[in-house]
Amino acid sequence: MKRVQFSSPYLPYVFLAPQLAVIVIFFYWPSVQAIQSSFYLEDPFGFGSTFVGLSNYADAFASAEYGRIARFTVVFTGLVTFFSLSLGLLLAVKADAVIRGNAAYKTLLISVYTIAPPVAGLIGMMFFDQHIGPFVKIAAFFGWEMKVGLNYVDTAFAMVVVAVWKQIPYNFIFFLSGLQSVPVSVREAAAIDCRSGFRRFWTVVLPLLAPTAFFLLVINITYSLFDTFGIIDVMVKDKAANNPITLVYKVYMDGFRGNDIGGSSAQSVILMVVVFVLTILQFRFIERRVHYT
Amino acid sequence: MHKTRFFDHLILICGVLFLMTPVVVAFMTSTHTAAEIHSKGLMLSPGGHFAETYTTVLTRQGGFTGQVTGARMVMNSFILGVGFAAGKIILSMLAAYAIVYFRFRMANLAFWIIFTTLLLPLEVRIMPSYQVMTQLGLINTYTGLIVPLLASATGTFYFRQFFKSVPDELLEAARIDGAGPFKFFIDVLVPLSRTMMAAIFIIMFVYGWNQYLWPMLMTTDESFFTLMRGIKSILQVWIGSQIPDYNEAFALAVLAMLPPVLIVVIFQRWFIKGLTESDK
Amino acid sequence: MATIDINQVSKIYTGGVTAVRSVDINIADGEFIVLVGPSGCGKSTLLRMVAGLEVISQGAVRIGDRVVNDVDPADRDIAMVFQNYALYPHMTVYENLAYGLKNRGTPKAEIAERVAEAARMLQLEPYLERRPRALSGGQRQRVAMGRAIVRKPAAFLFDEPLSNLDAKLRVSMRGEIKRLQRRLGTTSIYVTHDQLEAMTLADRLVVLNGGQIEQIGAPLEVYHTPASTFVASFIGSPAMNLVKGDLHGDRLAIGPAMFELGGYAPASGPLTVGLRAEDLRIAREGEVSFALRVDYVEELGSQRLVHGTLGDQPLTAALPPETALGDAINLAIPPDRLHFFANETGKRIGNGLPAPTTPAAERLGAGRLVAHR
Repeated sequence: MKRVQFSSPYLPYVFLAPQLAVIVIFFYWPSVQAIQSSFYLEDPFGFGSTFVGLSNYADAFASAEYGRIARFTVVFTGLVTFFSLSLGLLLAVKADAVIRGNAAYKTLLISVYTIAPPVAGLIGMMFFDQHIGPFVKIAAFFGWEMKVGLNYVDTAFAMVVVAVWKQIPYNFIFFLSGLQSVPVSVREAAAIDCRSGFRRFWTVVLPLLAPTAFFLLVINITYSLFDTFGIIDVMVKDKAANNPITLVYKVYMDGFRGNDIGGSSAQSVILMVVVFVLTILQFRFIERRVHYT
Repeated sequence: MHKTRFFDHLILICGVLFLMTPVVVAFMTSTHTAAEIHSKGLMLSPGGHFAETYTTVLTRQGGFTGQVTGARMVMNSFILGVGFAAGKIILSMLAAYAIVYFRFRMANLAFWIIFTTLLLPLEVRIMPSYQVMTQLGLINTYTGLIVPLLASATGTFYFRQFFKSVPDELLEAARIDGAGPFKFFIDVLVPLSRTMMAAIFIIMFVYGWNQYLWPMLMTTDESFFTLMRGIKSILQVWIGSQIPDYNEAFALAVLAMLPPVLIVVIFQRWFIKGLTESDK
Repeated sequence: MATIDINQVSKIYTGGVTAVRSVDINIADGEFIVLVGPSGCGKSTLLRMVAGLEVISQGAVRIGDRVVNDVDPADRDIAMVFQNYALYPHMTVYENLAYGLKNRGTPKAEIAERVAEAARMLQLEPYLERRPRALSGGQRQRVAMGRAIVRKPAAFLFDEPLSNLDAKLRVSMRGEIKRLQRRLGTTSIYVTHDQLEAMTLADRLVVLNGGQIEQIGAPLEVYHTPASTFVASFIGSPAMNLVKGDLHGDRLAIGPAMFELGGYAPASGPLTVGLRAEDLRIAREGEVSFALRVDYVEELGSQRLVHGTLGDQPLTAALPPETALGDAINLAIPPDRLHFFANETGKRIGNGLPAPTTPAAERLGAGRLVAHR
């Protein structure tokens, strides 16, 4: 920390108090409750609860539906992460290479970043609408009768497109700023050492971009797992029955629609473990980055 | 080596089209009538019903109880965005100040208590959070809408990073100049953090404005609905109607994305700086 | 104005590392003291202990007649100039200068007066409304000085204030600092790793190494009678040649070269001999001399540095620019210019040979050098 610090018997606690109060009440309390109720079976009509040990977890893992949703979540996360990262990188590399109009491209590409997932979902819905959606018409032209909201695969396809669309700008911003922090001297040295622009990018620029890419990988996985909630909620319109949903959405459905608090909590805890692992990865990476720079 | 090639522009233009077309179409379509949209599909050119549609969306008493107007939802979204951003900056600046600039025994513990919150996003603990809010009687209040969202470390993390990058000598010079903890904070640190505060304000405003799941659970009273919540209800009404109000849905979407998009485009430099330099 | 007494001061960090070990310095009122040494020698730590920015682990620091160990930096009546200036970037030059006075509750009129005076002294008047960002490095440095001056403190503390400036600016700012300190007569402690800066600024030098004082003395005293091989190699440029020698009675052997010390025999057996490059000269006909095999030459314009070997030991001689050179040259050195150091401790042995009395040497010795000759 700082070489010189203030010392005061009470001031630091005064400054920390509001933040800590909010965190304890609205973070630790619910988190502990989630873990606790994952071991209980709650009466649907609110007449107490019984301790059932790990059976909520066992139920989740044994359920075929849970397995199916978990598999979809993995596929969905993989597709969204891969496409939004690679398209974001492609655009960043091109924007970095272009001098004229650079600022205009940047502004245009970034502006979509702030669109909220449900709004993205709504706009996506319109584009995939049975009556007015241009994508449906294009698909029909190729003989693909698209029924988003009814057909499992079609809905999944639309979800991936919308989720990727919304996430590209974020990756673009980070890749571009990563590219622009590659020192000019390194690029010039590479230009002297290597004729092929593609090879140069592959062997010099990309390795230097690796920390950014890794950071974004974790962020994109987190995004696909959790932040896409709004997109999914709007696109399946509360009718999860035949539609693809992710694990987070199932937590929500079971908890708020199905009133299965124990089961929902157990699923929450499973997701907590996933996030925990992801974040540890990220922290380790941040530490390494600090050492390198 | 810096020769710009035709292909670079082509790819960029495709990218821009892919990202921007839906936004433009959303706006253009919202200026046509629902019947027109229903028969002709999405629009790429402006129609003549801009004023009409937006006036309706902003002023018509909608919802099941007929209490909420679009304007009310815009206001609620603003309250959420601004309240969240301001609260975040105040709480996290104070906490980061204590952690970075004070020597005290619980510093490490406090650090970990705060930073553990980075581990679990709200979506994962949504059910118990809702129960806690019910127990506290905070459903359908602005407090319940805003304060629980503040229970995360992101802002504290940003400010901690920033404070650490402030040269040590500045504090030393200030101490020799006779500044105590309050004076140093007000006279030196806050003015120095202005750019950082602006950047975080923008990021947090957008984050607050875009909240969906939390407001959806916290507000059953329609006078507390935000725009995001409104989008959900417009879709619920939609099901089963003959000609859905496409124009109004699009208008609502445009209203919901306009403020954040404008802010980010106008304050682009701060925004990018805040995002990329502190998110790491 | 005040004296500063540093009494048996040590700094021991929590990990057990000792950064400063039992340092004693008594600084007279108005004296300009320079702490010099390589990085990590503890000079900055010592200064920061005087400033109150580091806790004093052992010993006492006295400013005037007050022990200040537990006094807040703001109440020690000192001002500090930092290496990176530490100007408040969001305040104008005027506000930067006034901030310390404002915090002390100085009346507005007096603040204005003192800032105006400092600005005049430092030629900062045209820049008072500017932000530090809009100033050049030298101007920023002057603002940092000004911030110290307006306070009229008992002592100035300088922490490598010139090392962020380019070489030319450094020389002129050096002069400015010296002049200002003379004019104000304020007791000053100045930390630097640059021996030239130390030599030119100091009334007295404190050479530090590994947290300990190697030598305290006036610049010329330190230059002419370095107390150890460390000081010998640190003060003076090019660094003093240090070679292995053997003393038998008054006969000194350095590799193949032999010197007669005319009855002077401070020690006997192997020792380290110091020869300043600028004391070496081309031997005259018939003089006691030794041969230097020339490796390469550096031209400095005013002189040429000849690098070569004496036996198997490297040696550098600073010779007049017109000197004729070959593969080998014959060099001589007056025996009274030889320095002797113990091999094991590196400490100086004896005070050197008494110089032959000449009018020139007497004039030279009439000043500060009289004490140690």
